[in-house]
Amino acid sequence: MDDARISRSGSSPRLWLAGGWLLLALLAAVLAPLIAPQDPLAQDLMLERLPPFWLDGAEPGYWLGTDSLGRDLLSRLIFGGRIAFIVAFAAASAACVVGSALGLIAGYFGGWADRIISRIVDIWMAFPPVLFAILLVAVLGTGLSSVIIAIAVIDWTRFCRVIRAEAMGQARMDYVESARIAGYGRIGIMLREVLPNVLPSIVALLSLEMGIAVIVEAILSFVNLSISTDDPTWGGIIAEGRLSIHQAWWVLVFPLITLILTVLSFSQFGEALKARFDPVLR
Amino acid sequence: MLLQRFLVRLLTMLVTLFGVAVVVFVVIRVAPGDPIAMMLPPGASDDDIARLRALYGLDKTIVQQFFIWLGGVLRGDFGTSISLRQDVLGLVFDRLPATLELATVALLMAVAIGGTAAILGARERGTAFEAGIDIASGTALSIPDFLWGLVLILLFGVLVPVFDISGRVSPQLDLPFVTQFYLVESLLRLRFDLTWDLLKHMLMPAVALALPLAAIIAQLLKQSLKEVLDLDYVVLARVKGFSETQVILREALKNAALPTLTLVGVQFTFLIGGTVIVERLFSYEGLGNMAIDAVINRDLPLIQGIVLVFALLFVLINLAVDMMYALLNPRLRHG
Repeated sequence: MDDARISRSGSSPRLWLAGGWLLLALLAAVLAPLIAPQDPLAQDLMLERLPPFWLDGAEPGYWLGTDSLGRDLLSRLIFGGRIAFIVAFAAASAACVVGSALGLIAGYFGGWADRIISRIVDIWMAFPPVLFAILLVAVLGTGLSSVIIAIAVIDWTRFCRVIRAEAMGQARMDYVESARIAGYGRIGIMLREVLPNVLPSIVALLSLEMGIAVIVEAILSFVNLSISTDDPTWGGIIAEGRLSIHQAWWVLVFPLITLILTVLSFSQFGEALKARFDPVLR
Repeated sequence: MLLQRFLVRLLTMLVTLFGVAVVVFVVIRVAPGDPIAMMLPPGASDDDIARLRALYGLDKTIVQQFFIWLGGVLRGDFGTSISLRQDVLGLVFDRLPATLELATVALLMAVAIGGTAAILGARERGTAFEAGIDIASGTALSIPDFLWGLVLILLFGVLVPVFDISGRVSPQLDLPFVTQFYLVESLLRLRFDLTWDLLKHMLMPAVALALPLAAIIAQLLKQSLKEVLDLDYVVLARVKGFSETQVILREALKNAALPTLTLVGVQFTFLIGGTVIVERLFSYEGLGNMAIDAVINRDLPLIQGIVLVFALLFVLINLAVDMMYALLNPRLRHG
């Protein structure tokens, strides 16, 4: 019970810090056209590789500097957040629904359903995930929906494995037996009794998966396979920054900090939520 | 018992590999875009296109194509790369050693860093030092290898440029190697100047790959060590006058390592999967980097070959870990 108290007392500042950053980034992305100081696509060769505001040679209005085409970095980061959050929510939700459903079925029903689903998970786990993602996007053609589909198709196993194990544990509990004696059907028990008990894990995984989706999208745009090259994406900015690293370090540093904060926040937020909703810890 | 376990695992492994082959084949064949059209100059005649389709077997049904391809694979014939016009297996074997060396160095680093952190954390349990290790490993685990790679490029490639951030070896060097295992061969030939150059290129991608795994080892091994340290026989060793470090190293470690070992196996496959993007990031000439080029060039035979080799590597590692677990676990050994 000591552990429970520690994670419980530790959950609040974590929840607020992580949630605060995510809210800020999300708001910036939603309000991008209103708050971005410049047009994220406007190129100006007179303004190329301007440093961030505290360095000599900075221009007012270009707070984080510009890239090698003279595009405003802050505005590109704000607009890039739109793609990142759309992919995070859509891909993670899709992976969550498919993976949790299959995990529940495999764990609760066992038998043949479990054997088939587990075999598919094994096959999926034998693929290098990044290569699989790149391959799927190459096959589907670049674009927002391809990226979302690719991530969902690959990452449903993360939900499936965890939820299967948890549902298996729940299926052996006394309350499931009593529900059956009380005359509930198997699917009814699975949805009304088992699902609420594995929900904290699903929520935590969902938050974690959103962070992973953001990274995968960044990796795909890094190798130039995400959406059209015109729209700013965090991975695209990083690819640009990797190339001009010796001339303009800020083009790599700021998207990198943004990505790290976002990924850390999603995982911390998930764990804090889990600690909050977990009936045992509560 | 052991043999039976091995045979069952071997069988599931083959089923998994067959599944992987089917999935890759199907995914690639539903791809829009004609790889043949990309190989020919614009304005090629329909006859030429048809002849080339027949040459690559693309005129048959998809099921026929699959079994022709699978039959070839079983004989070691993975086909010919469309973009590089070379034997796929040869290309894969040329690049695989670079990836294996990188992954192995990363694994060794992860075990060294994670193991040290776990032992120190278990020795100083309940102190601020242990809490520090928990925070460090939590952070290392939450940030994926791709981002670690970028952080390292900035820190040690730009801010303090001590390591190389691109390539496998300095291009101006004259390499005497006959195999692709450069690191191993440089050691065998006692050419430590080359070893050093290779390590300078390999260190940062290896650290990027190692950090998340090191964090997992640190967390899990520390937890098992702390559990074992309360058991009677460990208490007895302490009473005998061994220091805490000696107790951990001589008594606790060998019993606490087993659960960690199982997890390290699975995590090692994740590490190898990570080489794909980390190699790209550091322009390291390994299999993963070639895979991304193959996807971009829509080189179907090459992609199939590379994915299968990765999958084979993954299932072999899982098999090896499983067997090691069975050998080391006394309950299974005598069962």
